[in-house]
Amino acid sequence: MIDIQNVSKVYPNGFQALKSCSTHVEKGEVIVVCGPSGSGKSTLIKCVNGLEDFQEGEIVVNGISVGSRKTNLPKLRSHVGMVFQHFELFPHMTVLENLTVAQTKVLGRKKEEAVERGHKLLDRVGLSDHAPKYPGQLSGGQQQRVAIARALAMDPICMLFDEPTSALDPEMINEVLDVMVELAREGMTMMVVTHEMGFARKVAHRVVFMDRGEIVEDAQKDEFFERARSDRARQFLSKILHH
Amino acid sequence: MYDFDWSSVRPALPFMWDGMKVTLKITVLAMSVGIALGTVIAMVRLSKNRALSAFSASYVNLFRSVPLIMVLLWFSLIVPDVIARLFNLSRMANVQVISAMVAFSLFQAAYYAEIIRAGIQSVKSGQIGAALALGMTFGQAMRLVVLPQAFRNMTPLLLTQTIILFQDTSLVYVMQVRDFFGAANIVGTRDGRQVEMILFAGAVYFVACFVLSKLVKRWQERLRVVAT
Repeated sequence: MIDIQNVSKVYPNGFQALKSCSTHVEKGEVIVVCGPSGSGKSTLIKCVNGLEDFQEGEIVVNGISVGSRKTNLPKLRSHVGMVFQHFELFPHMTVLENLTVAQTKVLGRKKEEAVERGHKLLDRVGLSDHAPKYPGQLSGGQQQRVAIARALAMDPICMLFDEPTSALDPEMINEVLDVMVELAREGMTMMVVTHEMGFARKVAHRVVFMDRGEIVEDAQKDEFFERARSDRARQFLSKILHH
Repeated sequence: MYDFDWSSVRPALPFMWDGMKVTLKITVLAMSVGIALGTVIAMVRLSKNRALSAFSASYVNLFRSVPLIMVLLWFSLIVPDVIARLFNLSRMANVQVISAMVAFSLFQAAYYAEIIRAGIQSVKSGQIGAALALGMTFGQAMRLVVLPQAFRNMTPLLLTQTIILFQDTSLVYVMQVRDFFGAANIVGTRDGRQVEMILFAGAVYFVACFVLSKLVKRWQERLRVVAT
């Protein structure tokens, strides 16, 4: 589904954000990408739907090369869902409008159809009462659940999560993770940048560990947690798991 | 002590109302065209194309660096001739009104563009990423997501600029256009009551602008409540 081959990215100021990264996500697979801050994990996931460009290598999503000039990026993105650290709901639209705007303007669905789909997904994330509100009236956890519903409204073939719980207060993390776990169990293909190792243990198939722009470790979940091969991954795990 | 005599005001009201209509016409048109053109200039200025961006930057700098009255004089000297020749018209007064509208539109666009540029930049950069990630084209992301938020943030500033524009329209007297101020001045000169007529015109400008800016302020406070 997602194939990342030797991807390198250098910023104009010379900073190398990604060094020859390769990994892949199969259909129905959930992979968790973790690593210290500044390790390039967010950059990598944003390369997958072309929000960030890269100079070398190739990313193929569902048979379409993301880096190719000929690729219709809007069309590709319309069926690759993405959830951001800071939610990025559109504050001037109601919750329901957030869910319908791309359905009607991008997918060309009829208004009634989009509204129906929007209500269904709000119900699914447990927020059906909040449809007429504005995002500013919701808590962080609720906003992120709306953001997930917004992405799902496009019927994505896979979902990208860029640190979906990092900006949340601790008591709101679980309500978002619950939605994600349910999604994973339903067989959604997911690439998740997160530090939530509990989530990784519960639903991930593989864990990718990044450090300084490199993929240091790419292992099955149990293998990663039980016997991480690299020192850097072991150090990272001991730092975030010692509680 | 000067003896005030306000008897000229009342009979001249219809005449001054005609002038006010010209003032409002120029204000509304220059505002609409100025904001539309200003939006284009702001977007071009923020685009990645260096040549285009430099062009719109020079447009803004040029118009902000010359006195408005000079731009108006240029236009009154050159544009009516051009328009008259182009459309084979005689040099009529309404050609002067048209060139005043054009001059104000172009001049105001430079000021509006800077306000709109700041407004666009005030929208969080993640918003465009989110819009693109949903499959929107760049144009859709601007139109549906960025500009509505930008305009909401900058509406008070745009209106304040429009109030300034409303006052500045009085400068059209250099183009022999009879606006509200021009009309008041003519009556004053005719009756030898220039002081009273100009004081009266000033009071009208003051009341109009004061009420408008109070409205802007109230609206601004309401927007702030909705935003939180």
